[in-house]
Amino acid sequence: MIRVENLVKKFLHKNAAGKTVEKTAVDGISLHIGSGEIFGLLGPNGAGKTTTIRMLTMLTQPTSGEIYYAGQPLAGHEAAMKQLIGVVPQNLNFDQDLTVGENLELHARLYHMEREDRASRIAELLHYVELEDVTHDSVRQLSGGMKRRLLIARALLHRPRILFLDEPTVALDPQVRRRIWELIRRMGRDGVTVLITTHYIEEAETLCDRVAVMSHGHLLAVDSPEALIHRVGAFAVEWEADGSRDYHLFPARQDAVAFAAGLTGSTSVRRANLEDVFVELTGRKEGL
Amino acid sequence: MQRIYDIGTVFWRDWVVLRHRLTAFILSRMVAPLLYLVAFGWGLGRSIQNGAGGSYLDFLVPGILALNSMNISFNSVTPVHAERVYHKSIEEYMIAPIWPPAFVIGKVLAAVLRGMISSAIILVLAYFFGAHFAVTPLFLLILVLNCAVFAEIGFVAAMFIRTYEEMGQVNTYILLPMSFLCGTFFSTHTLPDALRWFIEILPLTHTSYLLRGLGSGVPVASGSVVVLLLYLVVGFAIGCRAFIRLRR
Repeated sequence: MIRVENLVKKFLHKNAAGKTVEKTAVDGISLHIGSGEIFGLLGPNGAGKTTTIRMLTMLTQPTSGEIYYAGQPLAGHEAAMKQLIGVVPQNLNFDQDLTVGENLELHARLYHMEREDRASRIAELLHYVELEDVTHDSVRQLSGGMKRRLLIARALLHRPRILFLDEPTVALDPQVRRRIWELIRRMGRDGVTVLITTHYIEEAETLCDRVAVMSHGHLLAVDSPEALIHRVGAFAVEWEADGSRDYHLFPARQDAVAFAAGLTGSTSVRRANLEDVFVELTGRKEGL
Repeated sequence: MQRIYDIGTVFWRDWVVLRHRLTAFILSRMVAPLLYLVAFGWGLGRSIQNGAGGSYLDFLVPGILALNSMNISFNSVTPVHAERVYHKSIEEYMIAPIWPPAFVIGKVLAAVLRGMISSAIILVLAYFFGAHFAVTPLFLLILVLNCAVFAEIGFVAAMFIRTYEEMGQVNTYILLPMSFLCGTFFSTHTLPDALRWFIEILPLTHTSYLLRGLGSGVPVASGSVVVLLLYLVVGFAIGCRAFIRLRR
């Protein structure tokens, strides 16, 4: 459903010395995401996830590379491709002067939805995200979680086949986060292709069929969370060494247990996770 | 047809916002013209002889219409700056499958509507104050043209400036001098030549000339209409280009 070939984005920016220099935010990434798949882009802040999504959603012009949706090149078919995609941005970019219902009405009109369809679809989606009671309220009055749910409703309004979610649960409390995860799972079940960026390990592990680990504009690995974890080892032993925590990964539990038995002090054996994958691939622990 | 629908959608959004605040908008738009009419029309105006024969109030009203429609239409579009820089709600239009110039045209038309509502308030107030001038279809068309020109200038400013403070500077360094110097309160013929030539490049001067001439039934120079149309075309082109280039 989504094919990306050698996508590059370079920006001009001022460095610490005040000189204008070229910075490569996304450095030649290639991807293929299947229909109905929930695909995660995992990486720390500044990895290039948002820039990638902005290029895929036509908010930013790529420096080079090709994007295809449903086998069609994006270049030259922008208007038709825009009908295919829905976007849940990281920032809560509602029209602050409109009510909840008016924001959805505006979106429906921008996507050329028929008058008869608009009202019923808006009601259906407000019910889907459990916001029927605030239709006539200003978006300014909504809580953070309600705003996130409204962003999802807005993005789904015109029935996109592909949905981009950029850090959809950032700064939300755990209950709201789980509620949004459930919404995303429902979209996947409904056959929508979902590309989600996140820096939450649990989110990527729980939601995604496949995950791409991204760092410094590069894709370091792409696979299912389980396969990525097995690549680095299924079990981890953690122990205290010189006042800091250290760990080692093992393919089997008995190896990990045997290794832990030879250690002194505080040790633990646990299942490996995507964070271990990320640290193994990038050598970075901070920022995740 | 789709393009007209897209323009209608952008206009619809601004109409909804205006409808929410229509009473407050109308009341607030009465304050400045009332002050101008009282201070310059009744107060100062009674001691000024108008060379053309009519009262100073008759001379003043087209100038107030010109400067007020300029201010209202310009400031109606400048919230696009906040939509672009702070709320990012402009991205909703950028990712939507709309004809990009529809965004510019829709915003400008909504600003024209606000400018014309405000102008209608001034016309009514001016008649109450005893001003004499003719409102012809061409007079109204020039008002619409003036609103459109300054809405486009406001749009271009909103596309390029980075902070609220910079937007304030546009008001201070561009709109405020034009308000006083472009033939609104006095004839530009009294100004030194070098300053007059500069002022005659500015669009508000031509709106003042045209409205004053049409309002008093005096023939007007078609060159002034051409100048306004030139600003309209150039402003539209820059506005469209700036909106499309946001993708960079």
